[in-house]
Amino acid sequence: MGIRNVPAKAGVGKNWESLWYSLLAIGVSFVLVAFIMLAMGYNPLNAYMALFRGSFGSLYAISLTLCRSVPLIFVGLAVGFALKGGMFNIGGEGQLYIGGFTSAVVALALGNSLPLVFSLPLSILAGMVAGMAWGGAIGLIKAKLQINEVIVAIMLNYIAQLLTSYFVNNHLMKEGSMTPQTETLPAGMQLPTIVANSQLTTSLYIALFMCVVYWFVFRHTVFGYEVKALGNNPSAAGTGGVHTVWTTVLVMAVSGALASMAGIFEVFGTYGRFIDGFSPGIGFTGIAIAFIGQGTPIGIILAAVLFGGLQAGAMQMGLMEGVSAHIDKVIQGLVIIFIATPNFIRYLLHRKGR
Amino acid sequence: MELLSTIVNLLLMTFRLSIPITLAAIGVSISERSGVINLGIEGIMLLGAMGAVVGSHIFGSALVGLIVALITGVAVGGLYALCVLYFKANQSVIGIGLNSLAAGLTVVTVKSIWNKEGISGTVDQLGTFSVPLLDRIPVVGAMFSDQSPLILATLFIALFAAYVMAKTKIGLRLTSIGEHPLAAATAGIPVTKYRTLAILVGSALAALGGAYLSVVHSNLFVNNMVAGRGFMAIAANILGGWNPIGALLASLLFAFTQALRFQFSYIQMPEQISQIIPYVITLLVLVGIGRKAKSPAKLGVL
Repeated sequence: MGIRNVPAKAGVGKNWESLWYSLLAIGVSFVLVAFIMLAMGYNPLNAYMALFRGSFGSLYAISLTLCRSVPLIFVGLAVGFALKGGMFNIGGEGQLYIGGFTSAVVALALGNSLPLVFSLPLSILAGMVAGMAWGGAIGLIKAKLQINEVIVAIMLNYIAQLLTSYFVNNHLMKEGSMTPQTETLPAGMQLPTIVANSQLTTSLYIALFMCVVYWFVFRHTVFGYEVKALGNNPSAAGTGGVHTVWTTVLVMAVSGALASMAGIFEVFGTYGRFIDGFSPGIGFTGIAIAFIGQGTPIGIILAAVLFGGLQAGAMQMGLMEGVSAHIDKVIQGLVIIFIATPNFIRYLLHRKGR
Repeated sequence: MELLSTIVNLLLMTFRLSIPITLAAIGVSISERSGVINLGIEGIMLLGAMGAVVGSHIFGSALVGLIVALITGVAVGGLYALCVLYFKANQSVIGIGLNSLAAGLTVVTVKSIWNKEGISGTVDQLGTFSVPLLDRIPVVGAMFSDQSPLILATLFIALFAAYVMAKTKIGLRLTSIGEHPLAAATAGIPVTKYRTLAILVGSALAALGGAYLSVVHSNLFVNNMVAGRGFMAIAANILGGWNPIGALLASLLFAFTQALRFQFSYIQMPEQISQIIPYVITLLVLVGIGRKAKSPAKLGVL
């Protein structure tokens, strides 16, 4: 099974069986981590209680969970979109850095020179164009030179992250700041919070809106149909009149724009500035989100809330039970591995059935 | 004389910095030759680094730590092979899952042992050796004193791997599997068995590279101490043209750009620029060679 035929076989195809497997995979991961905690001398029951309290136990916890989920929805959509077109966008991390950075620079440069109705959309659009270019380049190299998109994306991830880091550290650093970050965005450009005293902003609505757009494109447009055709069988799509090179570039460009929104709305929403290295691997988590969500908008939202909740709750777990707050990455890693291995779950069930 | 001394120091630092990347890059090269892309190399290096520290802590010997790291690498490689070869999971996704798992598990384990977040206690460090007499030569003597045995081991591994890949039945069969797995299978080559072997060897080498960082170059584990060297190894393998000697040379080039910055601090090359060079070079070379790249034909396709 290769990267090309991911969408057809590796879990991104909606049916009840794979939903059932996904839930089982998540369950198995939690049980396995419980055993790991037990072996290390922690009480898994208390730890999971703390995890739940930290992620859904209060209004603040829920807003923290949703705040963590927003970028994951964007990257989930990005990876899902590319998968439908038969491509694997592992470059989300680079796209969100370049997008977030570009929009922050444009926003800071514009300042208050233009009315907000122009400057805010302009800044956001600039970031999305940068993300499109970063993603489209992967598509172009793949389509024209037949170079594996995964390899190109790895390079572009590091180039984007290091390039933005260079500029923030050497040219755009906020005066007197100890951490490498830009100046705070002009007051009006920061998105308003939904829940008081939290970092959850109206970017949540934009994420949900993009889910609707995503659904609409694949349900009701020719472009969506062509993307799916390309993903299912590139040579048949070519024969059927789809311009495969152009569509490949476009798929990766759209995917890049979606991924860049994760970075852009971290900048305009959560942080109100560009911070060097702000993403704890959001782009990579997007791959897990798309797989778990089976490429559907509802699935992506649910998976993003699951992983957002894990990240939010892990802090609480660390404080309360002494488990390292990095335990969420263990759960996340196992969930990814088990979800990507439906045959293993099938094998387990089969054995039990005997 | 001072110039010579600077050059010697620069070269020594290049070698030291290149070891973890080289070991992992040779591992990547072997497994990619068989058609398997293992993006989990970063995580495997991290687990190797942790395994070495835990082994060194429990047994009081860095050498045993290295062995524990090798065992860790083989075990994790086995898990990866099980997922992608036997349960037919997507290689890239499993690799990413492995990286996440490793980033978490290493810190959780370190905290459960030392009760510190993100950093372990100090453990036994692997000793160095000096060549008697030669180490007394002025200037050049630095090359023969206080050297890590792993420098020699790495060179040996690179040569041996190159020999195996180019001249032996195993190596040629691995290459044929990466080019055309179906034809290889038709010719009676046990494809899955060979790929498993390639993954296990590759993972063990990556873990050893990680262990170098924790118990040879230093004496403790720090959160995310591999810091992208796994991905750099993937780039080194590409730049090196998918063979062990090329991987070694590319890793040396990457390490050289880092060493330059440390050795000539007055150049004031920003850290990010020296780190970005490997990826830019690799990308440019990859795009420049384009279709003629020596990539195995069926890379990532099982």
